[in-house]
Amino acid sequence: MTLLFRNQRRKIVNVVMLGMTAFSTLLSVSVLFFVLVYLIVKGGSSLNVAFFTELPKPVGESGGGMANALVGSAKMLGIAAITGLPVGLLAGLYLSEFAGRTMAGAVRYAADLLNGMPSIVVGIFVYTLVVLPMKQFSTLAGGLALGIMMIPIMTRSTEEFLRAVPVSLREASLALGASLTLTIVRVVVPAATRGIVTAAMLGLARVAGETAPLLFTSLGNAFWSPGVLHPTASLPVMIYNYAVSPYDDWHRQAWAAGLVLLTLVLLANLGARSLLGGRRHA
Amino acid sequence: MRGILSVVATRLRRGDAVAHAFTFVFGATVVGVTGLLAWELWRNSALARQQFGWGFLVSQTWDPVAGQFGAAAFVYGTLMTSALALIIAVPLGVGVAIFLAELAPPRLSAVAGMLLELLAAIPSVIYGLIGIAVLVPAMRQWVQPILKTATGGFPLFSGPAYGIGLLTAGIVLAIMIVPFIVSVGREVLLSVPREQREAALALGSTRWESTWKVVLPYARPGLYGAIFLALGRALGETMAVTMVIGNRPEIAASLFAPAYSMAAVIANEFSEATEELYLHSLIEVGLVLFFLTMIINMVARGLIAATAGPGTAR
Repeated sequence: MTLLFRNQRRKIVNVVMLGMTAFSTLLSVSVLFFVLVYLIVKGGSSLNVAFFTELPKPVGESGGGMANALVGSAKMLGIAAITGLPVGLLAGLYLSEFAGRTMAGAVRYAADLLNGMPSIVVGIFVYTLVVLPMKQFSTLAGGLALGIMMIPIMTRSTEEFLRAVPVSLREASLALGASLTLTIVRVVVPAATRGIVTAAMLGLARVAGETAPLLFTSLGNAFWSPGVLHPTASLPVMIYNYAVSPYDDWHRQAWAAGLVLLTLVLLANLGARSLLGGRRHA
Repeated sequence: MRGILSVVATRLRRGDAVAHAFTFVFGATVVGVTGLLAWELWRNSALARQQFGWGFLVSQTWDPVAGQFGAAAFVYGTLMTSALALIIAVPLGVGVAIFLAELAPPRLSAVAGMLLELLAAIPSVIYGLIGIAVLVPAMRQWVQPILKTATGGFPLFSGPAYGIGLLTAGIVLAIMIVPFIVSVGREVLLSVPREQREAALALGSTRWESTWKVVLPYARPGLYGAIFLALGRALGETMAVTMVIGNRPEIAASLFAPAYSMAAVIANEFSEATEELYLHSLIEVGLVLFFLTMIINMVARGLIAATAGPGTAR
């Protein structure tokens, strides 16, 4: 009799606990949909053509847009891509193809350390390195901060994808008399291109939403920012400033900007993942 | 000897050495940038380090006007919000990881895993935005009054319900770190050998018993690794916390009280720090953050490597 009870209890515990794991999953996934729907509802109603074409209006005047912030963000992402992508890519290439044990350990350790660094610390770094000597907040400084954040992402994923290229491919090329360099350039890298492009897109999508490292590198700007040596507005910083302001009008703009930013980031993510097909990657 | 020499000579001729040297420069750049980052933080916090010494970490006075700086309140805020986040996110995240690794059919597991990775991709400023608009009012009107009544004046849950504060920041952080726990946790659980489960099930254990008593203990170091990795994220998270924590540099007994975190004080005060000592003090806060996340991440990697090492096949 007691044995029967015990077995029943075990079965109940089994169902309850497994049910709870399913519930946790449902709960976590529903957060994503909640954020999406909430932003679409709140941001959609504030989004209009002016948002993409006009400058921000001063407090008290309604309307206006964030054209300068969109351009500012795009310019900084461009700088991040120009600086961060090649460094990360070639460092990843070095790790997978050339590095000896000691040096590989050092590069990997440095990349992991940089990857785990809070983004605000990267902001401080660029402030002391670029903003202080130039005595000027600038698009360049903001772009560099984002570029530095891209380096470890690119390094580790490039290495991972290059390592995934089968040894037999390399051997075939080497056996045909190609040098190691030629093999890497003509065989190994092309075989991993898809993965590397994916990593680049994911990296750009990640830094596109970064706010903290821009607060005191690119600062912000209510107007257009010429060239790359002046402070510039950016989408994430605008969202932050407008969200914590006391003005309803600004809140509406923040929602619209949030919707635009989230759409871009999620599209880049989905695009990158579909490029990779069903293959999983860390 | 001749053989090696001729191989070296051939390689040189073909430019492999050049390629090696060229990519080496970039590998070294990664190390250099990281080293330079640490050095810049160290160098530019010299004034504050000399002036306040270790007292910087225990003093609660943060008075830019008087030139007195102590980071204890920020350290407290960072540690408390991260601890709260872990208390909420660990059961949730491990639950999800168990579901995805042990229960869900592969297709469902893949889709849910992808959705959670999208969740991790949402910029933190957007979490902050939603936090201000949704969570803060909800905390003020519902959660905090209910907790207060339910616990009957327990100091942790006392004081006025502002909506903002430690608890709110902890909840936002928890939502943000769940995906990290899940993605690493799932991998770790999947790396537990199938035989372990089969043995438990063959002895008549239920699905849950095989998970709880066999799979989880086996994967424990890796799960701790996942948790530490998430902790590293939580410690350094800036925007979402800044937007909901209340930004008041005080250590209060209540979780409802507004507080301040290390990352938040840097975000808020850095561009207005005109005095050199003020700036150096803020950078020292950054330095503390640097060391803290460095240690946590090192521990995390060690633990994950210990589980996902050789000998554990999928």
